[in-house]
Amino acid sequence: MLVIKDLQASIEDKQILKGINLTVKPGEVHAIMGPNGSGKSTLSAVLTGNPAYTVTGGSVEFYGKDLLALSPEDRAHEGLFLSFQYPVEIPGVSMVNFMRTALNEKRKYFGQDPLSAADFLKLMREKRSIVQLDNKLASRAVNEGFSGGEKKRNEIFQMAMLEPKLSILDETDSGLDIDALRIVASGVNTLKSKENATIVITHYQRLLDYIKPDFVHVLYKGRIVMSAGPELALELEDKGYDWIKEQVDSQQ
Amino acid sequence: MKETEKPEKGNQIIEEAAQAEYKYGFVTDIETEVIPKGLDEDVVRRISALKGEPEWLLEFRLKAYRHWLTLKAPTWGHVHVPEIDYQAISYYAAPRQLKKGGVEDIDPELKKTFDKLGIPLEEQLRLSGMAVDAVMDSVSVKTTYRERLAELGVIFCSISEAVKDYPDLVRKYLGKVVPYTDNFYAALNSAVFSDGSFVYIPKGVRCPMELSTYFRINAAQTGQFERTLIVADDDAYVSYLEGCTAPMRDENQLHAAIVEIIVEDRAEVKYSTVQNWYPGDKDGKGGIYNLVTKRGLCRGDHSKLSWTQVETGSAITWKYPSCVLKGDHSVGEFYSVALTNNWQEADTGTKMIHLGKNSTSTIVSKGISAGHSQNSYRGMVKIAPKATGCRNFTQCDSLLLSDTSGAHTFPVIEVGNDTSVVEHEATTSKINEDQIFYCNQRGIPTEDAVGLIVNGYAKEVMAKLPMEFAVEAQKLLSISLEGSVG
Repeated sequence: MLVIKDLQASIEDKQILKGINLTVKPGEVHAIMGPNGSGKSTLSAVLTGNPAYTVTGGSVEFYGKDLLALSPEDRAHEGLFLSFQYPVEIPGVSMVNFMRTALNEKRKYFGQDPLSAADFLKLMREKRSIVQLDNKLASRAVNEGFSGGEKKRNEIFQMAMLEPKLSILDETDSGLDIDALRIVASGVNTLKSKENATIVITHYQRLLDYIKPDFVHVLYKGRIVMSAGPELALELEDKGYDWIKEQVDSQQ
Repeated sequence: MKETEKPEKGNQIIEEAAQAEYKYGFVTDIETEVIPKGLDEDVVRRISALKGEPEWLLEFRLKAYRHWLTLKAPTWGHVHVPEIDYQAISYYAAPRQLKKGGVEDIDPELKKTFDKLGIPLEEQLRLSGMAVDAVMDSVSVKTTYRERLAELGVIFCSISEAVKDYPDLVRKYLGKVVPYTDNFYAALNSAVFSDGSFVYIPKGVRCPMELSTYFRINAAQTGQFERTLIVADDDAYVSYLEGCTAPMRDENQLHAAIVEIIVEDRAEVKYSTVQNWYPGDKDGKGGIYNLVTKRGLCRGDHSKLSWTQVETGSAITWKYPSCVLKGDHSVGEFYSVALTNNWQEADTGTKMIHLGKNSTSTIVSKGISAGHSQNSYRGMVKIAPKATGCRNFTQCDSLLLSDTSGAHTFPVIEVGNDTSVVEHEATTSKINEDQIFYCNQRGIPTEDAVGLIVNGYAKEVMAKLPMEFAVEAQKLLSISLEGSVG
């Protein structure tokens, strides 16, 4: 579904991604790991079309479409979802209003009529339970006054509502206690199917105990420098990143 | 945001903004009776004669006119009102029409106009149960539900009719809250005011429906000088709505209104405005000069006056709906959203004058500036030495949507005793790129995202509007912002 070829991107003229190659197929879970500043979050921002970044080379195909040519909202409609590392607060805008606008924009994109209020609320109730968000939380303003754990659960709730084909979870485990981590991970696992895929961006093995990856990639200095099966994550947990850094740096 | 990308996106959005239409900009082709341009004592006399007014009112007008001649237009506002040639304006324009009566008597063109504005004049069509006074140019076209309200003793009619039918009431209250000596525009209005609404709620009556006046400027090169007078007697309650639109014209048009409100013991008045006069085009050409004096007197103990305004229109807005809190334990409120785009200028706010003991006031002002516009909050909280135990809370927020717009705050606080408490909070922020991208990522395009974020920002004020108005006002905020992010 996703084919990334030699992707390069910069922010404020600083080159961050220096040639990423990655292919993701339906049903797969890919973990992208790597030390701080290696470009993990940049990759998720570039894929979803954050205007702060400039693509300087390479290509991305999403179900045969040129993803980079689409607006951020059309990428979302086509089925790309990002669970933000730092979900933003939008004061005064209720989750209900926000989600309803988002969902109906997607329906409009596919030529469908807006969902009726009753059907929408029913859907919200259903999806809310996946991450154990209570009724009050959903009627509050978007992320306003949410705890760290609530914000991340809210991201997965939105993912459940929008039913994306490819979800990118950017450091979803950061700032979560073990209980919240379990809830979030079980939410992600519930939503997993043969048709959709997940890219998990993380520092630590911890999240991968709950969300089992099929592939683990190590990102360093803007490139994927190592790819292997889930055993790589355990090895990294054990040995850290230094041995990879040394290996890469000595080759340069 | 990447600097090199910004201008391109900005330009495109500005282009779209230029195409965003002011949907009330049409002109009604209707025969209009206009008195020739210019202003002198004869014109004042002629307006009074056309309306068949009693001698005392003519005297009031003439005194106001003579006083106006001694005044100069105020220049302290953070707006640029060009020199207005008061001899180039016609002071009276009336759609040639109808004797007062049923809807069937109204010129179909007129009826169509108000239908287009979403203000059907057929009473049976009004599902919301709102009584409407429709004012086109200088005269009231039609007031609905009059008879039903009359059964309760509620008077709701045009001020011209009130002068004829209830001269004592009008005489008792007219000019008592806003005297003609108040300011330049108030003096002008007092001299030439043409029509407007009159509301009287008798003792102990809770008005069962929203009362609404809809102002429409149609004729070219005319000014609109309406005058509204609302009196809530002891223990009465009324919620009153005001809406306004005007055609798109290249020249500027003057709107100088007065609203006076008197609230007696334990009575309550809610006054809501959605101001959508034509703001001018994207280059700042045309648009209404909205120079308005609105003031209420909470005369009775435990009386309450609440102003809510959503200001999106007009090339220039200069208005400060205020409360004189004379009664002990009286309550004044001011909730405002003022949105300016392109080259609009708004200088708006309120005055809370605490004269009564234990009186309280709340001010919530939300300014939103886009394009090249200038948006100012100007407010005064004054607590008299004898008004002990008073409280004021002021919250004054500004949101900037562009690098070329301005937000300004001019608060004045005077506290005359040490048992009163005054709080003032203020914030200025710029619309957040991260919020917009978050919405984008969920599939919400930037235009809609901005509308959503701005409505969220203004929610506290919007929540004060009556239901029917709130929906319209929300849409209005989004429409007025079309293409304003850059």
